[in-house]
Amino acid sequence: MKGHFGIYGGQFVPETLMHPLEELDAAYSAAQTDPAFQTRLEYLFHNYSGRPTPLYNAERLAQAWGSGKIYLKREDLNHTGAHKINNCLGQGLLAQRMGKKRIIAETGAGQHGVATATVCALLGMECDVYMGEEDIRRQELNVFRMKLLGARVVPVSSGSKTLKDAINESMRDWVTNVRTTYYMLGSVLGPHPYPAMVRDFQSIIGREVRGQILEKEGRLPDVLVACVGGGSNAMGLFYTFVSDTQMRMVGVEAGGRGPALGDHAARFSGGSPGVLHGTFSYILQDEHGQIVPTHSVSAGLDYPSVGPEHATLHDTGRVQYTSINDAEALEAFTELSHLEGIIPALESAHAVAQTKKLKLPKDQIAVINLSGRGDKDVNEAMRLLGK
Amino acid sequence: MTRIEKKFKELKAANRKAFIPYITAGDPNLQTTADLILALDKAGADVIEVGVPFSDPIADGPVIQRATERALISGTTLADILRMGGEVRKKSQVPLLIMSYYNPLLRYGLENLARDAAAAGFDGILASDLTVEESGPFVDTMKKAGLNTVFLVAPTSSPERIRKIAAMSTGFLYAVSRTGVTGERQELAPDLRAFLRTLRTHTDVPIAVGFGISQPEHVQAVWQEADGAVVGSALVRAIEENAGFSDVADRVARFTLWLRGEAA
Repeated sequence: MKGHFGIYGGQFVPETLMHPLEELDAAYSAAQTDPAFQTRLEYLFHNYSGRPTPLYNAERLAQAWGSGKIYLKREDLNHTGAHKINNCLGQGLLAQRMGKKRIIAETGAGQHGVATATVCALLGMECDVYMGEEDIRRQELNVFRMKLLGARVVPVSSGSKTLKDAINESMRDWVTNVRTTYYMLGSVLGPHPYPAMVRDFQSIIGREVRGQILEKEGRLPDVLVACVGGGSNAMGLFYTFVSDTQMRMVGVEAGGRGPALGDHAARFSGGSPGVLHGTFSYILQDEHGQIVPTHSVSAGLDYPSVGPEHATLHDTGRVQYTSINDAEALEAFTELSHLEGIIPALESAHAVAQTKKLKLPKDQIAVINLSGRGDKDVNEAMRLLGK
Repeated sequence: MTRIEKKFKELKAANRKAFIPYITAGDPNLQTTADLILALDKAGADVIEVGVPFSDPIADGPVIQRATERALISGTTLADILRMGGEVRKKSQVPLLIMSYYNPLLRYGLENLARDAAAAGFDGILASDLTVEESGPFVDTMKKAGLNTVFLVAPTSSPERIRKIAAMSTGFLYAVSRTGVTGERQELAPDLRAFLRTLRTHTDVPIAVGFGISQPEHVQAVWQEADGAVVGSALVRAIEENAGFSDVADRVARFTLWLRGEAA
């Protein structure tokens, strides 16, 4: 059995997809050990996306909070404005290597869709992005960006009209066009090898943080904080540090409107183990095993399952998972904008809000993964903040 | 021997092929489903696939997605479906196969499911997103309860996978006729014949073909090469179109006869 993290993960898909998953697994394994592939990926990271991204000491924020040092890992400064490009560059090169000409992807907030459309433009590939109608409404700017980049945005009107339904449609497209199409899954989700592969492409975040913090502080941080939707930015930050057991790690889920089922996307406090979208993990489900609707102010966290590696990190206690509600996230969105001149994505604002709650002692150091920038959220924030 | 195994044995002895309708349980309600099973039995269904609705049916096209929504709106649960099966079993000996996505089964509990499905008189279970790699506990549990475990095999399955799947599949092997989701098609896949012949070299288990079988000619063509034909979306559409009539079950049964080439 392949691709398990403790009891979680695996491959739960229609049989038609098993052969392509085996091909993908083999192609990825070969690419991992091919220096030419790694060199090309590093070249694009540095010259196209702008890596390494800075590790910024947010002194005014720490002063306002009366806390220890707060460093922001500036993934928002990546090309396309979020960490999503790390994974898309990796998978794009892999798809090219596999001879695929057509890429499909799902998107929630639109960040993965934009990153996918960008990489498809760069590599000259056809690109269809599935996006829920509700997300299209609240992420209008990203929809236009994708179209500008040459992608087709396919509206999904089934179910809750959000990320979950966009993944359903992507999987239906993939199972139909499996011989010609590459599915560029955007998070550490889905059947093996996606959770491990996406984590590997994102783990550049944590590797850079290690070097940067040692250079600036001469020691590792005390705590890492990241928001967790599917969980790719969090895995990207955490992975390198999992065995540094003196460090705390905190994953922040969307607390939405409140703790009632249907009002949030906090899988660890409100969910239970089950199978959705090809993997066994914590999911939000009713007593009959039906997936329940989720809610979050941030489209990127609004999803009923979570990456299977997070599930095992949760059960072992290595990572502590908490949740931040919509109001707290909006407050952090405003606070970081005012104090540091950095408008965070609403997703990342959840991590900022949680770090404030930690009341970090003066002698400690925290690193927040500022996974994306908030330009895409300005319209939604205007609506919600009533300004 | 389950009713499914017995049925395929009888059909083989009579040199006949199986007609296997699929219906979504609870579409539009479970009473209709019970009526449909009895009517399909009378119309000569050899095995009936009883679909368990799931909120995220990734392997299904629009017709079965809509049926699933109707079934969930009417509040259909797996527990209710098992009870309905038990009632139907008092009146009919038609072989019944549960077809579901894995999560509702997992949530019900594999041990509970095996016990209750067998007690109700179901004959086997197919979980469409359960791969053979992940199916160890499922197969063991169902087998102990005397239930068949039917698996899907696809045109993309490698010879190695075909062998593994055929070894795990009891009752029959469900061959997916083409890549894609469930739904009606004008034509059968051009490579279907070659695929079925390859399958035949790997297994002696009966082979039934589904996905896209929606015309009498499709059924006849499939019967040339395989042991059974599964019709889902075409039938579910007939249910959708006739749901407003009090004799919906009879209407769907007549449609079934037409599909079998025995137009009534």
